Amino acid sequence: MQSVIADYLPLVIFMALSLVIGGALLVAPFALAFKAPDSEKLSAYECGFKAFDDARMKFDIRFYLVSLLFIIFDLEVAFLFPWAIAFKDVGLFGFWAMIIFLGVLTIGFVYEWNKGALEWD
Amino acid sequence: MDPSFVFLGVLMMIVKGLALLVGLLIFVAYILLADRKIWAAVQLRRGPNVVGPWGLLQSFADMLKFVFKEPIVPSGANKGVFLLAPLVTSVLAMSAWAVIPLSSGWAIADLNVGILYIFAISSLGVYGVIMGGWASNSKYPFLGALRSAAQMVSYEVSIGFVLITVLLCSGSLNLTDIVEAQQSKWGLFGWYWLPLFPMFVIFFISALAETNRPPFDLPEAESELVAGFMVEYSSTPYLLFMMGEYVAILTMCAMTTILFMGGWLSPIPFSPFTAAWLAPIWFILKVSLVFFMFAMVKAFVPRYRYDQLMRLGWKVFLPLSLVGVVVVAGFLQFFGGVHG
Repeated sequence: MQSVIADYLPLVIFMALSLVIGGALLVAPFALAFKAPDSEKLSAYECGFKAFDDARMKFDIRFYLVSLLFIIFDLEVAFLFPWAIAFKDVGLFGFWAMIIFLGVLTIGFVYEWNKGALEWD
Repeated sequence: MDPSFVFLGVLMMIVKGLALLVGLLIFVAYILLADRKIWAAVQLRRGPNVVGPWGLLQSFADMLKFVFKEPIVPSGANKGVFLLAPLVTSVLAMSAWAVIPLSSGWAIADLNVGILYIFAISSLGVYGVIMGGWASNSKYPFLGALRSAAQMVSYEVSIGFVLITVLLCSGSLNLTDIVEAQQSKWGLFGWYWLPLFPMFVIFFISALAETNRPPFDLPEAESELVAGFMVEYSSTPYLLFMMGEYVAILTMCAMTTILFMGGWLSPIPFSPFTAAWLAPIWFILKVSLVFFMFAMVKAFVPRYRYDQLMRLGWKVFLPLSLVGVVVVAGFLQFFGGVHG
């Protein structure tokens, strides 16, 4: 318990310090700068005309697909971390177990590729 | 424990943290200037040269200008999230530096899971972008944020696989241990960039994409999306985004240095160059060298198209780095290993 505090307390203090610096910079112009807002200045940016409709619109499903793929592969990476650290201890069995695991994932990856989930056109 | 002793310890942590943050921000100011100067030199321009001798005070003048500019919060925006987004970006970018060792054990927190911490913190960086783009309630920032998030997320996967290959060789998640595993009598030829050269290249290019640097700066492709997710920002909220971006770039430079270029180790492995007081200087020199490569890439390479970018990430780097993991693991298993 003592060592956990010794390890992570400096980290928390460091984050708090960067929050203070960031926060001070964020607040400064609201206190210091000259302000003259008008309705044109505060409207959403558009190329020379008023915005047609709300910006909370439909968007391409592929962004959603990318995030799904990301979750799969990032979990895979997270699963590889402890294996890489214990690589010398898990021996040949651990090696082949991980190769089979990666093989299964590769089959999934090939399927996605053939289905066109990775195409952007 | 004695309360006054604890108080002193906490005070020391605050002083150390402040020293690192101030040093980091000054370094960022000069890295920004160097970026502009190098870009200018490649195009046979002078770059900023008015404020201070050779323009050396340019970044500080810019900062003052940002502080005295009118902050604009669009009337249609979600004001809380809109202002929180730049804060999230910059605070996360800065807090990654808590675990980066400038010399043996010279980190604010020398965590035994250092690399996992950096991986986690840099993944969280996407939130700042998404929050900023969504809260602006404007079309350009929204599309820019979507693109930016998809891009950052795609390249993170191959960065993860590259990290695994380095971990296989070093056998530790602690950044100090990873650097010390590269210590050998061969000097710079003993570092991981040589045996893991393909992974080094993949890591470098993925780092460019991860930090939205040119040639992968599509969210800020000014010909199509104006300034991406930062369109509606002005004054210091904008400054915080830029600062966060440059601190994240420096983090990636430092990671490249630690993982592949031997951290603070001297490239020449004998006496006068291996002195302990030179170690942080080697580290800063190497980080600057990696940043120089970042800046040169920005100046040389034309911007990618979005579909090319996603194809490179998912169809080239992901399979290559996956094969890299298998090859490195197989080599270590059957032929001993780099440091086995």
